[in-house]
Amino acid sequence: MSQATQAAEKKTMRPPIESGCPDGFQYLHPLMIKNFGNWKYHDRPRPGVLHHVAHSGDEIWTVRVGTTRQLDTYALNLLCDIIDQYGEGYVRFTIRSNMEIMVSKWEKVEPLIKALNDAGYPVGGTGNSVTMISHTQGWLHCDIPGTDAAGVVKALMDELHEEFVTEDMPNRVHITTSCCQINCGGQGDIAINIQHTKPPKINHDLVANVCERPSVVARCPVAAIRPAMVNGKPSLEVDEKKCICCGACFPPCPPMQINDPEHSKLAIWVGGKNSNARSKPTFHKLVAAGIPNNPPRWPEAAAIVKKILRVYKQDAKDWERMSDWVDRIGWPRFFELTELPFTKFHVDNWRGSRYTLNASTHIRF
Amino acid sequence: MLDQLESGPWPSFVTGLKRLAHENNMMVDLLGQLEYSYKTRLGYWKGGTVSVFGYGGGIIPRFSEVASMFPESKEFHTLRVQPPTGNHYTTKMLRQLSDSWKKYGSGLIAFHGQTGNIMFIGTTTENTQHFFDEINEYGFDLGGAGPCVRTSMSCVGAARCEQSNCNEMKIHRLLVNDFIDDMHRPALPYKFKFKVSGCPNDCMNSIQRSDMAVIGTWRDDIKVDQAEVKNFVAKKGRKYVIDNVVARCPTKALSLNDDDTLAVDNRNCVKCMHCINVMTKALSPGDDKGVTVLIGGKRTLKIGDTFGTVIVPFMKLDTDEDYDKLREIAKNVIDFWAENGLEHERCGEMIERIGLVNFLEGVGLDVDPNMINHPRTVSYIRMDDWDQEAEKWMQRKQQAVG
Repeated sequence: MSQATQAAEKKTMRPPIESGCPDGFQYLHPLMIKNFGNWKYHDRPRPGVLHHVAHSGDEIWTVRVGTTRQLDTYALNLLCDIIDQYGEGYVRFTIRSNMEIMVSKWEKVEPLIKALNDAGYPVGGTGNSVTMISHTQGWLHCDIPGTDAAGVVKALMDELHEEFVTEDMPNRVHITTSCCQINCGGQGDIAINIQHTKPPKINHDLVANVCERPSVVARCPVAAIRPAMVNGKPSLEVDEKKCICCGACFPPCPPMQINDPEHSKLAIWVGGKNSNARSKPTFHKLVAAGIPNNPPRWPEAAAIVKKILRVYKQDAKDWERMSDWVDRIGWPRFFELTELPFTKFHVDNWRGSRYTLNASTHIRF
Repeated sequence: MLDQLESGPWPSFVTGLKRLAHENNMMVDLLGQLEYSYKTRLGYWKGGTVSVFGYGGGIIPRFSEVASMFPESKEFHTLRVQPPTGNHYTTKMLRQLSDSWKKYGSGLIAFHGQTGNIMFIGTTTENTQHFFDEINEYGFDLGGAGPCVRTSMSCVGAARCEQSNCNEMKIHRLLVNDFIDDMHRPALPYKFKFKVSGCPNDCMNSIQRSDMAVIGTWRDDIKVDQAEVKNFVAKKGRKYVIDNVVARCPTKALSLNDDDTLAVDNRNCVKCMHCINVMTKALSPGDDKGVTVLIGGKRTLKIGDTFGTVIVPFMKLDTDEDYDKLREIAKNVIDFWAENGLEHERCGEMIERIGLVNFLEGVGLDVDPNMINHPRTVSYIRMDDWDQEAEKWMQRKQQAVG
């Protein structure tokens, strides 16, 4: 392209309006504007419904409905039709991709729920239920995924549907999934994450052209990558004895393929919590690994998740989140109740991890 | 294989993809590629460089590695668009976004990504610009992608929650829009995320997944409606209240009186929210509200997950000056990190590397015992200027008394 044409093209380009984050206030339900910052209390008349009362005496009902997160325009417009017809045109999304539809009259709640259910959308996810699984992009759109995201979640939520629409758990259960070890899905009461078990397979012919080698070397958490000449070309080599198979080198260097249909497994972690309620926030801990990455329904992972949930439901007391429950009963009992094997891999062994070991005689028999 | 995900009680995204494929060839091939991924158990997207005029980020480019088999979806980029504060929408606005996307994209939208963006998934390089131009005209802007300030999130907050202690929406917009240049033109060591929760329940998970977490809290007494306490005890029984409210208080600050009222040792309440969560009618946050600021939360890459650390135990957010102070803190943190962070090093990783004390000196904040779980256990440290440091503390205490 000549400079003149470039300049001409520039002229026709529209400069962006850097408006940043839109003000949500303009989209609030009128009752929420009127009572902004002036709410008094809330209760839950039934699973999936919140009822908030303001100091002014105003009341608002919220119906929470599970979605697929990845919504197609038809589904979105269908939901909008329902919200317009049975709700009042106002809606928000929770962090776990549930929709919350606000209405000003109790009488509107049941017809709204029925319309949503008839369209195939479950109402629930409130209080001590298993709410929608927060998830990532997976094979649909991610550049480094070891597994799918939306498919795993669909398969699991099919199994946990009953726990979504009821409030029968000791406390709320947040499940997360992540399709690589970066853990975009985040901390959860139960987290189902990819765990690679083999070092990256390197295509040495491509590395020099595709990867900025020093940044890839710097990316490795255990300094296992070094520059090397391979087949007469500049490339990178991995010290496989050091490599922890985390996959950190793969995003900046796609020829270092970490994903493997056989050796990328799933691991399950429990006891993550972000709220400050009772105990301080916690990270989830490893309980199971080596689980086959088995689309389209991932039955092995689902079976372990269901087993953990069943035991938690039976054994935990009211208001105990997964981490509170394990703190009370201890890890040995957790492994006993869930019948999961305890291995050397459950013991943290990095340099700063001694604080995770039991330096006491506090032992339950 | 994907067909098997159309059965079962939970709504199916596969059914949605198929609906779009009826009139959109891009989605036919996208389904083909996804099915291929399911069969081979591998992903086939690679990144690249796509942006809109005037910006350096906000688009997640995706080029197919199996484009020869699935040519129609060889370009399948995502636009990250900032949602309104609190994720509030009207159906009118959702329809408008949906119509624009139908015109220029695949028709697939995710509400929302893990950082908080509305993700418009699947369009060509050319249509990226057209779609952005259209939605930008009616008030939407791209979020962040790459080493920049990222899209933020705020909870439902004061709009519909009695536990809110701050104006989450205002804080959210103030912080993000103040750094809009750092969002659209990535030039930081790595990503930087703000998240805002109105109370310590932290519904936005800000402690674990944001570089700067702003969480509403209060300094005075929990508000107790003793009549409602009595109602609650009458309804649930004393045992339930003792086991689930009194005994679950992390600092043993609660006691049930003989007349079924509640005694609160407010001096030792750590604002964990548990009792307020259980007794929503009887208990509420106090009136002297403000926020706690924590720095350095992130996910696993590269040193493992980190929590945010308290750097401001409490600050008021009432006046314009208060908000300026919050803005100032954010600016100092980002400036110091931009200057001292290594490439691809999150703010929390930098703190891990240089130590909290150096970080505090760098951003001009005083050390405070609320920042630690306990004082140091290792004696290997030089303390030449102990006396000066002790004097500083004494002076600060005097100033506080006035």
